[in-house]
Amino acid sequence: MLRWLPPNISEYAQGIDTLFELIYWITVVAFVLVMGTLIVFLIKYRHREGHRAEYIEGSTKLEIIWTAATTVIVFGLAMLSFPQWNNLKSAPDNPDYVVQVRGEQFNWYMIYPGPDNEIGTEDDLELENELHVPEDKLVQIILTSKDVIHSFFIPNLRLKQDALPNRFLDNIKFQAREPGTYEIPCAELCGFGHTTMVGFLHVHTQEEYDDWVKEQWPE
Amino acid sequence: MQENENISHEHDDDEQHEHAHDDNDTPQHTHEHDDDGQHEHEHHHEESFIRKYIFSLDHKMIGKQFLIYGLIMLFVGGGLALLFRWQLAYPGRPLPIIGASQQYIDEGEIVTSNDKRWDKIFESEKEELMETHFPNGVIEDKTYNMLFTMHATIMVFFVVVPILVGAFGNFLIPLMIGTRDMAFPILNMLSFWLAVLAAIVMAAGFFVPGGHAGAGWTGYAPLSVDPQWTDVGWGQNLWAISLLIQGFSSLVGSINYITTVINMRAPGMTFFRLPLVIWSLFIVAILLLLAFPVLSSALALLIFDRLAGTTFFTTTPEGGGDPLLWQHLFWFFGHPEVYILILPGMGIASELIAVNSRKPIFGYRSMVYAMIAIAFLGWIVWGHHMFQSGMRPGMGSFFMTTTMLIAVPSAIKTFNWLGTMFRGSIRFTTPMLHGIAFVSMFVIGGLSGIYMANTPVDIYIHDTYYIVAHIHYVVFGGSLFAMFGGIVFWYPKMYGKYMNDTLNKIHFWITFIAFNCTFFPMHILGVGGHMRRIANPQFYDFLQGFEGMNIFITMSAFTLGFAQLILVFNFFWSMKRGKVAEKNPWNVTTLEWEAPTPVPHGNFAQIPTVYRGPYEYSVPGEESDWLPQAQPEHAPASAGD
Repeated sequence: MLRWLPPNISEYAQGIDTLFELIYWITVVAFVLVMGTLIVFLIKYRHREGHRAEYIEGSTKLEIIWTAATTVIVFGLAMLSFPQWNNLKSAPDNPDYVVQVRGEQFNWYMIYPGPDNEIGTEDDLELENELHVPEDKLVQIILTSKDVIHSFFIPNLRLKQDALPNRFLDNIKFQAREPGTYEIPCAELCGFGHTTMVGFLHVHTQEEYDDWVKEQWPE
Repeated sequence: MQENENISHEHDDDEQHEHAHDDNDTPQHTHEHDDDGQHEHEHHHEESFIRKYIFSLDHKMIGKQFLIYGLIMLFVGGGLALLFRWQLAYPGRPLPIIGASQQYIDEGEIVTSNDKRWDKIFESEKEELMETHFPNGVIEDKTYNMLFTMHATIMVFFVVVPILVGAFGNFLIPLMIGTRDMAFPILNMLSFWLAVLAAIVMAAGFFVPGGHAGAGWTGYAPLSVDPQWTDVGWGQNLWAISLLIQGFSSLVGSINYITTVINMRAPGMTFFRLPLVIWSLFIVAILLLLAFPVLSSALALLIFDRLAGTTFFTTTPEGGGDPLLWQHLFWFFGHPEVYILILPGMGIASELIAVNSRKPIFGYRSMVYAMIAIAFLGWIVWGHHMFQSGMRPGMGSFFMTTTMLIAVPSAIKTFNWLGTMFRGSIRFTTPMLHGIAFVSMFVIGGLSGIYMANTPVDIYIHDTYYIVAHIHYVVFGGSLFAMFGGIVFWYPKMYGKYMNDTLNKIHFWITFIAFNCTFFPMHILGVGGHMRRIANPQFYDFLQGFEGMNIFITMSAFTLGFAQLILVFNFFWSMKRGKVAEKNPWNVTTLEWEAPTPVPHGNFAQIPTVYRGPYEYSVPGEESDWLPQAQPEHAPASAGD
């Protein structure tokens, strides 16, 4: 099952895959135990002439055991997940780069702050469906939408966040480890062009990225 | 007179049934549409055809009406699914049969584009329905949105709830608690006819300009609010109005169920002697009563937003509304709704498993408490649909905890079903096969839920096919298998005939295999990141590897869809041609089997008295392996007279 996951290039989201794998094995073991028991019961206790079912109304002891066992497992899982979740969904303290992303039927508009590092000024650069970042740098995304709800999804970064009209969410961050080009689909139904709403994440090496910056803002 | 419907006596003489004599006030009467005949029953009164079959006040007839209504809608909803499955397997290829177009035949390719759509938005040309939705026989992206929106809407609101709650609730509650009818027969009739009205309004949406609603069954604002985002006009309005009407129908029905269960139980039928299916329907009625008004108010606000210019769900600087408000309202209704869909299935499966294992339910009381716990927890988990919505992340932790907690009562129920089979004497009847399928599929659906409940993992699999697989394992694998099992199990009591068992077995096995072939691979698609609600997976580089799997799923889905024709054929064929049923063919202890077959108006000649719990099977020291609830102590057990 896990080999179907797209390559993970995120520094932050390694924990997601680890948790995924942990839950995978918990559920596989639970499934095999329950189904194995079921099949054994179906064979062993099938109707046979002369055999009569045993009158059993229940067992408080067993009920307590499986209630407690399930509770422990799910709470354990929840405990493991709290720190991950808080870490993944918190705004970064000192991002290296900030890009504002705006969903608008049916494109992603990426707004780069330019040399003054402030969005909303003259030297901003707005690109359609192109997100350029350097590798191994902490990037913060300020996510918003112009019209309806979109969802900013980068499978390779294990990143997903809905974009809301007139709200600017600042708790999206990533650190990409592998240079390359990755797709940014929209994961929330946003109208008749939803299928074709896709942007591209270009992860550059630092040198390439610096060249790209020089190209965009030639002093 | 109810006892005569659908009884054809052409075969009556061939079939000798040992118990036929104690409820044979029927044989004079041969034709289901014959209302002139003589009736010889103590509750005798004449009813016209209309009073009997159409505006009936009898809970059994209303139950059957809901059943046939649900089955018809099942085919509508399923047909829509097959249409969009075609698109997912073969994006851009004209539909078979209905879609073979000259352009494709001539040129071998199709030009469709959203550019044309943009041009059309502000024009009101009147076009042919087919040409609008399927230009050149190809499903357009916008049509695709309409198809999956209506598939889910119809399946949730017009199939599963009408059948599980409407049909089984109506038919079973008065019979199983031992009373003559519902507390409010006229409200009951109103409930059905409101549902019919809702279905007509919903169906009308397909024919208005702009097509039907295309904002998903969840109708997320602001997409659903403003026609400029979707190019859908009155379709979305009719969607909202229809659900509003359906809400009233459910409300009226649930009041009836609650009142009936509380007030009209037979002497001796204490709450803890109620069969689990009645418990489940009682709990579901309470959920419906409390949950549906929330949806109704959200829908009313949506209609105001669309038609009266209010801004509850949109963000304009002067308006002060919020799109997230819709999600909170919708899911505050929506999650209890999910349990409305599955709890009756749990109840039905409990009956099927206990009866066919010839054993008492293992831990009857903990089964009841588990259902109450699930119903209660259902109110405080709605936020798990909104982990990625922009809701404050701290809330996510709370909702993860409550959601994980639901695993506990679900596990209790699963282990208790296994416990019920333990040391039983399992008869592999068709209803039992469906019961076993219910448990197995529910286990998969329950376990896959853990992935989504886990907030970090949900970041990745949210809005992918993983959730599509999960919901179908719960609602198809769970609710629909319970529904099939319930139909086969209670059919003899409903129609006085047996269904053909060979056809039933064929239907079960094809459905079971095709179901798993259809929905299990969707887990893998989800792990691959395949988004739901996209019309063309081939558009994405990272989904290129999934083409074969999508084709396989579509093939399985078509098999699954066509297999349901077997059930429906059997259902209607057996009404006419089925073997005449005995009074209690499965040897069941509960009260509905005390009533004569077919059940007359007023159900029981004499209201039974209840002496014991509902699952007294294989009681030590008893000669027979079942002890009916209505049988006095120390009387010899027999089939009823």
